[in-house]
Amino acid sequence: MAKVVNRMHPDFATQSYVVEAFKGVALVTRQFARNLFAKKDVVTVHYPEDRRAYTPRFRGKHRLMLRDDKSVRCVACMLCATACPANCITIVAKEIDDSTIEKAPVSFDIDLLKCIYCGFCEEACPCDAIRLDSGVHTLPSYTRRDQKAGVVNLLALGSASIASQGGENRAHSHEGTAHGRSSH
Amino acid sequence: MHLVDNVLLNLVLATLIKFVGFVLVFVMGVATVLTWAERKYSAVLQNRVGPNRANIGNVRAGGLLHMLADPIKMLTKEDFIPNTPNPILFRIAPLLAFVPALLVFAVIPYGPGDNFQVSNTSLGILFIFAIGSLNVYGSVIGAWASNNKWSLIGGLRISAQMISYEVAIGLSLCGIFMIYGSVDLQDIARQQGSLILGFIPAWGIVLQPVAFILYMACAIAENKRAPFDVGEAEAELTAGWWTEYSAMGFAVFALSEFIEIILIGCVGTTLFLGGWTIPFLHGDAWWIVVLEVGGFLLKTLFLIWLQMTIRWTLPRFRYDQIMRLGWRIMLPIALLNLVVTGIVLTFIERA
Repeated sequence: MAKVVNRMHPDFATQSYVVEAFKGVALVTRQFARNLFAKKDVVTVHYPEDRRAYTPRFRGKHRLMLRDDKSVRCVACMLCATACPANCITIVAKEIDDSTIEKAPVSFDIDLLKCIYCGFCEEACPCDAIRLDSGVHTLPSYTRRDQKAGVVNLLALGSASIASQGGENRAHSHEGTAHGRSSH
Repeated sequence: MHLVDNVLLNLVLATLIKFVGFVLVFVMGVATVLTWAERKYSAVLQNRVGPNRANIGNVRAGGLLHMLADPIKMLTKEDFIPNTPNPILFRIAPLLAFVPALLVFAVIPYGPGDNFQVSNTSLGILFIFAIGSLNVYGSVIGAWASNNKWSLIGGLRISAQMISYEVAIGLSLCGIFMIYGSVDLQDIARQQGSLILGFIPAWGIVLQPVAFILYMACAIAENKRAPFDVGEAEAELTAGWWTEYSAMGFAVFALSEFIEIILIGCVGTTLFLGGWTIPFLHGDAWWIVVLEVGGFLLKTLFLIWLQMTIRWTLPRFRYDQIMRLGWRIMLPIALLNLVVTGIVLTFIERA
C-alpha cells in the first residue's frame, strides 16, 4: 500500500540556515545556563560514590543459606549441579547420621568465572539452600590468576548468609549441628 | 657595528618577549584550557557531567585537572605507527599542522602599536592566508601516510573541502579590505576605532554583516569542525584522517585544531569586532592600553565561545551538501557582497 510522505517545504528563511543556526545557539545556551545555574537536568549517577539499588530480582554472587542453628541447609542432592548449564558447581557430599537429611556437603564450590548467573540452581534447589540474591557483583580483577578465587567455597561464605526461613528439616536442626558443616 | 648589534639584539629580545607573552602564554594557555572547556561545556549543555575524575588527593576542581592528566596520559601511551611505507611523513604530519597554526599569530595585533604585535608586516592578512592554508598539508599528508582507507577518504574530503572554502573565505574578506583600504591588520584595527555618524562604531560587523557570517561559516569549515567535520565523520570513517594517530601525535593534531579556533577568534576580532579598539575610548594612558588589550582578548574569547556553541548545536552536513554550500551558495554570496560593497563605496566617494 502506498504511503503518503508529507515532505516539509521550509520557507527561504529556514532553508538559508542562518536564522535557524542562531536559534539553535540560543537554545543550547539556554540549556547550558539552566544546567549551570538553575535546576539541573543531569541524571548521571556518580557510580562508585552513589549507587543505585538493585532490583530484588538482581542475580548476583551466590550465597548458601543456613538453618536456624547455623548449619548449612544444603543436603548435597546435586540438583543444582545437574541443572547448571555451565557446569560450574562442584559438590562433594558426605553421609550424616540424620535420617531425614542423610547427606551434607563436604565442599560446595562454584567457579564464578564459568557461572552465567542464570539462576537455574536457585530454582532447582528443593530446600532453599542456594540463592543469588546477595546483590553483590563478582569482583573484577586484572589477571585471570587473581580470579582463581573465582572458585569459591560457598561453605566458607555461610557465615555471611543468614537464613530467613525455616525448612522442612527444622526439627532435626540440632542433629545437623553435630554433623553438618557450619562455618564461622 | 656595535650599535647595529644592539639594535638587532633589542629587536630579537622584544620579539621574543612579545611571542612568549602572546603566543605561548595566551594562545597556548587558552588552547590548553579549551581541551577541558570544550568537553565540560558540551557536557553541561547536553545534560551530562563531563570530565570530573582527575584528582590530586580529594581535589578535583571540576575536572580542571584533566588539563594536567591528559598530557601525562598522551606522553606515556604507546605511540603507534601503522604499517605504512611513509613512516617519516606519518611522523612529521602533526608538525605540519601545528607549526603553521602557531606561526600566523605573529601578525595578529592584540593591542595598539608595534609593542602589541609580534611582527608588524604590511602583509598582514595575506600572511595569515598564505601560512594558515598550509596546515591542510598536515592533515592530508597524515591521512595519506596512515595507509588506511578511512584516513584516505577523510583526507580526500578535507582537502576538497578546505580548497573550496579557501576561495569563499578569501572573497568574503575582500569587502573589508575595500572599506578600510588596507591588508595591514594593525591599520584595519585602528580604523575600526572611528565612529560612523558619530555614534556607531565602525566595526567590520556593522559595515559587512554578510561577510561576518560568511567568514565564520568558512572559517569553521577551514578548521574542519562540526558541522563541517566530514573528514573526521566518526559515524562513517571511524575517526577519518586521524584514525591511526595515537599518543602525542594525536594530541598535537587536536591541539592545532584548538589553536586554530583561537586564530579564527583573533582574526574575526581584528577584522569584524573592532580589533583592540574600544568605542568612545581613545588615548595613550597605560590603563586605556590595558583595557584595549583586555578587550581584544575578551572579544576573542567571545568568538571562541560562539564557535564552540555552533559546533555543539548543528548536526554534520553531508559531504555533497558541504560542496554545494561552498561553491553554489557561499561563493556567489561572497561575490555579490563584493559587488554591492564596491557600488556603495563608489557612490560614497562620488558624494
